Amino acid sequence: MPEIINSIDSTEKTGPVIHVTTSPHILEKGAGTRRTMLDVIIALIPVMAASVYLFRSYAVKQIVICTLSCLSAEVIFIRMRGKSITINDFSAAVTGIILALSLPPSMPWFVGVIAGFAAIGLGKIIYGGLGMNIFNPAMVGRAFVIIAFTGILGADAYSNLSGVADAVSGATPLTALKYSGIHTALSNMFWGNIPGSLGETSVIASVIGGLYLIYRKAASLEIPACIIATIAIIAGLVDLSCGHSGIFFYHHLFGGATMFGAFFIATDPVTSPLTFKGKLCFAVGVGFLTMIMRMYSGYPESFMFAILLMNAVTPLINRWFIPTPFGGK
Amino acid sequence: MSLFNFKKPSVKGGFRHGIHPPENKGLSETSKIEVVKGYETVTLPLLQHVGAPAKQIVEPKQEVKFGQMVAAGEAFISASIHSPVAGVVKNNRNVTMVNGRRIPAVVIKSEGEQVDPGLLWAEMIADDWALDRIPSYDPQQISKIIRDSGIVGLGGAAFPAHVKIAPNDKKPINTLLINGCECEPYLTSDYRLMIEAPHAIVAGAIIAAHALSAGQTIICIEDNKPEAIRELTQAGQGTSIKIAALKTKYPQGGEKQLIKSALGLEVPLGGLPGDIGVTVSNTGTMAAIAMALLKGRALTHRVLSVSGKGINSPKNLFIPIGISIGEIIRYCGGLREDACRIVAGGPMMGFAFSDLTTPVIKGNTGIIVLSKEEISEGRETSCIRCGKCVDACPMNLVPTRLAMASRYNNPDIALKYHINACFECGCCAYVCPAKINLVQLIRSGKRLVANQQALNKR
Repeated sequence: MPEIINSIDSTEKTGPVIHVTTSPHILEKGAGTRRTMLDVIIALIPVMAASVYLFRSYAVKQIVICTLSCLSAEVIFIRMRGKSITINDFSAAVTGIILALSLPPSMPWFVGVIAGFAAIGLGKIIYGGLGMNIFNPAMVGRAFVIIAFTGILGADAYSNLSGVADAVSGATPLTALKYSGIHTALSNMFWGNIPGSLGETSVIASVIGGLYLIYRKAASLEIPACIIATIAIIAGLVDLSCGHSGIFFYHHLFGGATMFGAFFIATDPVTSPLTFKGKLCFAVGVGFLTMIMRMYSGYPESFMFAILLMNAVTPLINRWFIPTPFGGK
Repeated sequence: MSLFNFKKPSVKGGFRHGIHPPENKGLSETSKIEVVKGYETVTLPLLQHVGAPAKQIVEPKQEVKFGQMVAAGEAFISASIHSPVAGVVKNNRNVTMVNGRRIPAVVIKSEGEQVDPGLLWAEMIADDWALDRIPSYDPQQISKIIRDSGIVGLGGAAFPAHVKIAPNDKKPINTLLINGCECEPYLTSDYRLMIEAPHAIVAGAIIAAHALSAGQTIICIEDNKPEAIRELTQAGQGTSIKIAALKTKYPQGGEKQLIKSALGLEVPLGGLPGDIGVTVSNTGTMAAIAMALLKGRALTHRVLSVSGKGINSPKNLFIPIGISIGEIIRYCGGLREDACRIVAGGPMMGFAFSDLTTPVIKGNTGIIVLSKEEISEGRETSCIRCGKCVDACPMNLVPTRLAMASRYNNPDIALKYHINACFECGCCAYVCPAKINLVQLIRSGKRLVANQQALNKR
């Protein structure tokens, strides 16, 4: 009824344009996928800072290579699918940073490029892009290169570093404990001056970033809390029953990718369950599988495989845990 | 259905989940209710309520008196319609209601001497209600008077009030909850009515409680309305009516959420409040019942708030039912240049419409004109399964699953995830970071499920 609008609004001929859509007519301000991803990047800043402090140029080089390769993989593959470019939602950047932080520092540059393309191509685009993937893309990329380049990325990858403190060059605490019985001091694990993948060494950096994620509601508390609790319980029981006097316990709780993985990898919304109970189930599974593989498999650093396995059952978990509606029995 | 049967702890007396949208009630909450006068034509659609349409009982060119019944609600779930003016019946016309339905309407042109609506309003805000007369009424008689007066739920649902406010031997009611939450942002009509006509609400509540033989009557108000709580507490002194302040949270005024918050009870899935001995009705409905019983007035006028940043002067109005929304907008100074969407009802559950000749109906709580800055539109992106909708849903559903089941035509999954428990409050779509229109998808999903079930029956 334009003539009515014009007669009501006597200002000019250009009256207001009235839209009609369905309810609700207001949406939360400042929320968006892009904002969520930006929060993840902000939360990763302490971890990146710690890795740059500890591993110097290795860290800078690797973060840049992995991020750029993920972004270019996203652009290339999305263009191949004939869709509009989505790199400005930052999701590929998040994948790139997490991928870089989850790999050993001495890795050659081309491995980072391959990992980035595998992460985005095989981990995400092949399923239909953001939101459709079953597996955590960064972990797909990591698994791809870990298996493809076993020689380069094996236990030795942590040892051949030059130009950084000796403390961060050598076998990782979990490998050292498992194969040589060498103990690493708790305080070193806390601050991070231990050998390991870029982002996983500093417990304090992961916890600070993780708490920011939870504060911003970009990740749910249930998943990290429950993974850490599961690992603590299993490691604690093993420790008590074998008489390791706490050494085994704190190595597994603070060593390896426990903290970084619990806060940043397992909390990926796309590949973790939707509901409260489902999240608990997922997190217990991740903690349990991590401990089993750490103790009985050839990979002392097995958080990645635990995540990928639980990612695979996430659709099933979602189906098991359909919440009871309000008023239901 | 679930493997482990433990529940997340819930706040005692409160419902779980829900959201806190900006209230924006400041635009109109301080404006006193104004009586709108001097209207020429009213248009009364024959279906303004839930149920069967009313049957027209006047002919074109016939003269009608103020308050005369022009259409009779003959079915049990239906409501009669009365003329808010004295005048002459014109030819019927079909009107597009705000929900998009085309409904035939009785048109009445006002002629001759009119009853001043100011008089009606003065009766409403008076405090001389003959409360001592109430016990002498027979409960069935109360229900009949409510029916004859065409009263429906004035909080938005427009369910015929005589169906709810009637003695029921099979399902006796022990608690009557009066809903004064007004949890939708912007709306202030119930709030102003509670402040300006608290005695009418209390009188109506006593009548309704008597009709139901309800043991307790509680008026529930969100704690962001302390003035309303104070006025009603004062007006309710010396009566058995209790006032409860509830946490300000959307959708606190949802029937099932309100019962949970006020009484700690859950209405069974697919059931009605009556199943657990509770009846919920709105404050405005109570005032209308008091007017019908104690002052002999049928439902012809109601309080309506006009708000939003797209209207020049937000107001609360006492208007005749059947006045066109365009006239109301003109009365409130017209639209502003940046007005962008006109909504009948609140912004969370109301209907957007564009035809300003649409009449106000009984269930209209407000007209909200939103400006460009208030509505936020974004391009839809992929669901990243963040679970924000799950954490917002007051019915404890998984909205993203329901929406995707609907989008990909899968009624089985939609049913498995309890699609029919959704009452379309809009919390999920409000919080969705991917800007997916979850409510619309779920609505079409319900249709999909209904079609599927109809097919299976055949």
